[in-house]
Amino acid sequence: MTKQQANWSPYDNNGGSCVAIAGADYCVVAADTRMSTGYSILTRDYSKICKLADKCVMASSGFQADVKALQKLLAARHLIYQQQHNKQMSCPAMGQLLSNTLYYKRFFPYYSFNVLGGLDSEGKGCVFTYDAVGSYERVGYSSQGSGSTLIMPFLDNQLKSPSPLLLPALDAVTPLSESEAVDLVKTVFASATERDIYTGDKLEIVVLNAEGIRREYIELRKD
Amino acid sequence: MDSNQAAKQHSLVGSEADSQRTLYPYVTGTSVVALKYKDGILMAADMGGSYGSTLRYKSVERLKAVGKHSLLGASGEISDFQEILRYLDELILYDNMWDDGNSFGPKEVHSYLTRVMYNRRNKFDPLWNSLVLGGVKNGQKYLGMVSMIGVNFEDNHVATGFGNHLARPLLRDEWHENLSFEDGVKLLEKCMRVLLYRDRSAINKLQIAKITEEGVTISPPYALKTFWGFSAFENPTVGAEGSW
Repeated sequence: MTKQQANWSPYDNNGGSCVAIAGADYCVVAADTRMSTGYSILTRDYSKICKLADKCVMASSGFQADVKALQKLLAARHLIYQQQHNKQMSCPAMGQLLSNTLYYKRFFPYYSFNVLGGLDSEGKGCVFTYDAVGSYERVGYSSQGSGSTLIMPFLDNQLKSPSPLLLPALDAVTPLSESEAVDLVKTVFASATERDIYTGDKLEIVVLNAEGIRREYIELRKD
Repeated sequence: MDSNQAAKQHSLVGSEADSQRTLYPYVTGTSVVALKYKDGILMAADMGGSYGSTLRYKSVERLKAVGKHSLLGASGEISDFQEILRYLDELILYDNMWDDGNSFGPKEVHSYLTRVMYNRRNKFDPLWNSLVLGGVKNGQKYLGMVSMIGVNFEDNHVATGFGNHLARPLLRDEWHENLSFEDGVKLLEKCMRVLLYRDRSAINKLQIAKITEEGVTISPPYALKTFWGFSAFENPTVGAEGSW
């Protein structure tokens, strides 16, 4: 008698795309607001973006329950950090914490594809990109999620960073102005929405700069 | 034999532990549909409990009040729903024991249920339900859903199971802010009628529940009017003699 196999999966892909672009003194983090399962749309108005610290914002797509759990965990850890150090966590510090948190579940991963965006301690834009088990790198721009295969090549074309292998290291941040970067993000999502069924409905854009955090919403195609 | 051996290696949990975990649902309820209206939330579910393809139980109440401000509807395994009600009884009891004038609103109950469902999924022993949680507290209306693996969200209208495929499109088309009670019920009945026609596990005995600031009202069971008088259903064999 063969053993019964489990007929449910602990994972689901709730879709969506995320993008982050680092500038000289700003950072843009954006994600669509569609949440899907299989070929159905669950809701058109779900935010994938979470503010972890004053200067640090995370956008994640993948399995929504894992994303939510990850956001809660990091927010709680940040609270503890604030109590212990009497200051906000810097973006690079949060970057390391996220990587460690993801690797902690290396053998039952958080199915969460993250981009972390914010300002480093010098006020320059920084973006960190992750895989599901915590492998990460500081970059000038990145995209994750169901539309990333469509978005990333376009960002490479427009923003190609100098190679991280060069010595001395060249600055990764983009030469674009803040408004140019926001326009690029809108263009990129409009294109991804056309061809990726899991991307669409609405685009949420978060911009971090010296003045603080600003949020913008753009309509996308709903089909 | 070799392929069986190979299949056995793939499980993440030992076979002894299998007898303690949910592997399949046995008695299940079908869709729950809910929407926000002017004064609160309207929620509907039929009263069927299916045992595979058999309609075993015909008076299963799948809508229950939770505390003062919330209404819970469940689809999926009925015994797991009953266990969730026990968890919630304990939650509400402890909330009442504080006796501080505060009570859990729908947001809090939804958050609690999400955590319970997610943590059970983490242990590979899920509660096999899709839950709809609606309520009103201090004038704020709330309507959310949690699935068996912990996926959760909040919206103006939600549905589980087949309702996602058949009812949500109707709701997306016809729902608007500040629906009156009559319009809300009409819309919900329209959704339930479509489900009755097209979902094999649906039965024509349902309850509609309403929750407002004043409290919860769950209707007595009733049946929807259906129409079967299509000409194509008369003389069905007219196109193919010998069939039935």
